[in-house]
Amino acid sequence: MSGGVEIRVRVAEAEPVADGIKRLRLVPVDGGHLPVFSGGSHIVVSMQDGERRIRNSYSLMGSPRDTAGYEITVLKTPESRGGSIYIHEHAKVGLELTISYPLNLFPAAHRARKHLLLAGGIGITPFIPIMAELDEAGATFELHYAMRSAKLGAYADRLAERYGRRVRLYRSDQGQRIPVGDLLSNQKLGTHLYVCGPERMIEGVVLAARAAGWPGENVHLERFVAPPGGDPFKARLARSNIEVEVGPHTTLLEAVEAAGVDAAYLCRGGVCGQCETDVIACDGTLVHNDHFLTEAEHKAGKKLMICVSRFKGRELVLDL
Amino acid sequence: MAAIAFKPGTYRDDFTFRNSEEAIRHFPFPFDKDSYMYAVNIEQHMPGPKKSATEFPIDVDEHYVAEMADRAMVLKEDPLRCQSQPHMITAEWDLLELLMSSMARDYPEHFALLRDGDRWHWINRPLGIEHRFTFGDTTTLPYGPMEYITRQCQGDFCLLDQRNDNLWMDAGIVTTQADWSLDFNLGMDFMEWHGPVPLAHDLGVFDRALKFLLNLQQGRPVRRLNWTMTVNPRLDTSPENYHKWGKDRASVTPENVGEKVHLRVELQALWRLPRSNAIVFSIRAYLIAMREVVTVPKWGRRLHRVLESLPPELVDYKGLTRYRDYTVAYLADYDDGAPTSPGFGPD
Amino acid sequence: MLVSDIKSRPVYQGLRFDPKARRHLVAADDEGAIAVEALAGEGGDTFARNATVLYTGRDDGRARIEALKTDAVYVTPTVPTLLTRLDVILAAAGMTDRLYVAGDEGFIGQVVALGMRHGIDHVSIRTEHRGSLQRRVQCVHCKGITEGVTTSIATCAHCGLHLIVRDHYSRRLAAFMGVCADAEEPGVLPPVEEIFK
Ligand code: FES
Repeated sequence: MSGGVEIRVRVAEAEPVADGIKRLRLVPVDGGHLPVFSGGSHIVVSMQDGERRIRNSYSLMGSPRDTAGYEITVLKTPESRGGSIYIHEHAKVGLELTISYPLNLFPAAHRARKHLLLAGGIGITPFIPIMAELDEAGATFELHYAMRSAKLGAYADRLAERYGRRVRLYRSDQGQRIPVGDLLSNQKLGTHLYVCGPERMIEGVVLAARAAGWPGENVHLERFVAPPGGDPFKARLARSNIEVEVGPHTTLLEAVEAAGVDAAYLCRGGVCGQCETDVIACDGTLVHNDHFLTEAEHKAGKKLMICVSRFKGRELVLDL
Repeated sequence: MAAIAFKPGTYRDDFTFRNSEEAIRHFPFPFDKDSYMYAVNIEQHMPGPKKSATEFPIDVDEHYVAEMADRAMVLKEDPLRCQSQPHMITAEWDLLELLMSSMARDYPEHFALLRDGDRWHWINRPLGIEHRFTFGDTTTLPYGPMEYITRQCQGDFCLLDQRNDNLWMDAGIVTTQADWSLDFNLGMDFMEWHGPVPLAHDLGVFDRALKFLLNLQQGRPVRRLNWTMTVNPRLDTSPENYHKWGKDRASVTPENVGEKVHLRVELQALWRLPRSNAIVFSIRAYLIAMREVVTVPKWGRRLHRVLESLPPELVDYKGLTRYRDYTVAYLADYDDGAPTSPGFGPD
Repeated sequence: MLVSDIKSRPVYQGLRFDPKARRHLVAADDEGAIAVEALAGEGGDTFARNATVLYTGRDDGRARIEALKTDAVYVTPTVPTLLTRLDVILAAAGMTDRLYVAGDEGFIGQVVALGMRHGIDHVSIRTEHRGSLQRRVQCVHCKGITEGVTTSIATCAHCGLHLIVRDHYSRRLAAFMGVCADAEEPGVLPPVEEIFK
């Protein structure tokens, strides 16, 4: 329960959208309504893969006004940590899962005079409900959506049809790129920029915005990281007085949970700060993968975000 | 559940406001110890004991009709008490939904909400209001959604926009406040609007509270109690009208303490709102006269000890300087030195 | 730099030059001109070629500003006329333009509030406090603004109440809060001290 209120859902639709991309529709098991959510929200989906409990975060991509069911899109990634592969292999209509309440770490800036949305690949998902909201509110927006090929551009046609000239598509297999520099150079005051996509794209846009003289306050990133794997390591939990082993494809948080210790979390993506854990002793190097702690805090090595960060070395003792 | 018998009473001029015995038992007494210091005293806003102020998420009590009449008067005199920046309109609708659905669910003999898609039908029996409107269409309501519903709900409400890792007070209706001004604080961030509060900043109270609230989840509202004291049962102790009510503070004498001096408790609750991702911060003020407090022996003893040991910065900030000593002296008669049990409730 | 423990008072970080901005929009009054001089020193030619400076105040400041030979300079007779001009400039400005303001607190506050009305986040505006510590005060009762308050108790220029100046600042109003000083005992005022010089 450390992640908050949970809801039992059933897979009502499981549809392949493009190569290695699957859309799921989840409806409440008790037949009631799901909570209304705001565009940019995600949920944590819990899956039971044999002995293993996997919890992954996914952006909600259906209409924010549709409370009969939630929709998520899952990209099959070669990282074998489990979640996406489990869904691609097991998520058939009828499968029951547990989800968290929606949480929004990528909301639209309500005061913006114009919203400039940049999506790369599967990064399109949070923008789908955001655009629905902006459209309903009569707000000014523009989506620039880059994909590797038409086949990999999930929902591109649907969006182009719905929003017309407000949606521009770019296919990299045809040498098309989002002209970020040009786009940024002539926007009026009060424009907000959003980017969601591969880490490389996010970095590129951030640099371009800085180079163009944009203030950081108007640039919003979906920083959500899928927890990276790494070398296995051990950690000692001082308060529980146990030692956990973290495998190459599991996270510290998962290992802690598997050992029966209740640790707080919300996003499981290194953004919300909920899983912040004090480091009591560390003989080795902390591998910080989060976007929550400041650089100074990373250097100080007193805190670790256990949902995404790892450790290399001899001994790690945590206040858990 | 039995219908509430709404009591007449005024919060100004002749001050006929009184608590019934039931209302005294309903009162959210804020001290669980014999002394007071700031703490991040935030807890889940879960249903409390039957007949208590926290039995339901939104509490309606015997003062409902009188309090709504007082709010209408305040707004007529000073419409600046209700303001909302344009980007808060979605949060206003969220608030309307939260209040209407809670009131109709928990007080069905007084309120009803019938929803047919976007077409809503609201019935408020105590105030004699019946209205059909379209959810999301402001032209179907006589006021903005926030003002419409909060003219029908006890307590002040602030809508907080979340951005840049902070909360911003960008809308609100504030007519029952303890000496702060919505018009002045509108647009401030969390640290800024708490600026004048002494001591707590250095204790790190606000840093921790803000961090906690930024991750406040839908479906998991929280609450805390805050308190001050007020001379006369006046709900509108605003800075706007301070030049009118300030002299009350000099009107306390040893003879009239029991009648005049009131403990004022704010039940503050916070909800994450679903469509807007904003937070609503509700501040519901409860008043109880010293004479009424001492009818609960434990409360009389404890309040005496709390006031006696209150740090001087807080005495000043809460505006008690002129009448704290009289109040302590009055309560001393009800404090036999017996130990008090832990917890808020009467023994 | 103005150091203050008033939590609601903005922190004025100083006019740091933003080399990435395409255009530099600068507003200054009296002693603010000295801060603009330093800014121009930091920004060199790039600054001068791309800066629009709006100035109001004493002649010595005006001379300093004019000596910078920036792309455009507007000297206005009063603060309100400066704001009127800046309002139109901001209406046509873009995300790659940067707003700077230097001067006394009330002046900074009014320029920041204007910038915010054009959709600029207040954090993006670069500010430097220069000159007097006099305060702009809003009377919480009649809502009138009294400029240039230097004393602990001031008379509201609109409704005439005696106001005590609270250490609480509103960015939206660009003013400190003034509250009736003798509400509890009418006519009995604490001593008046000159404290905001
Ligand atoms: S759970 Fe959100 S940062 Fe770790």
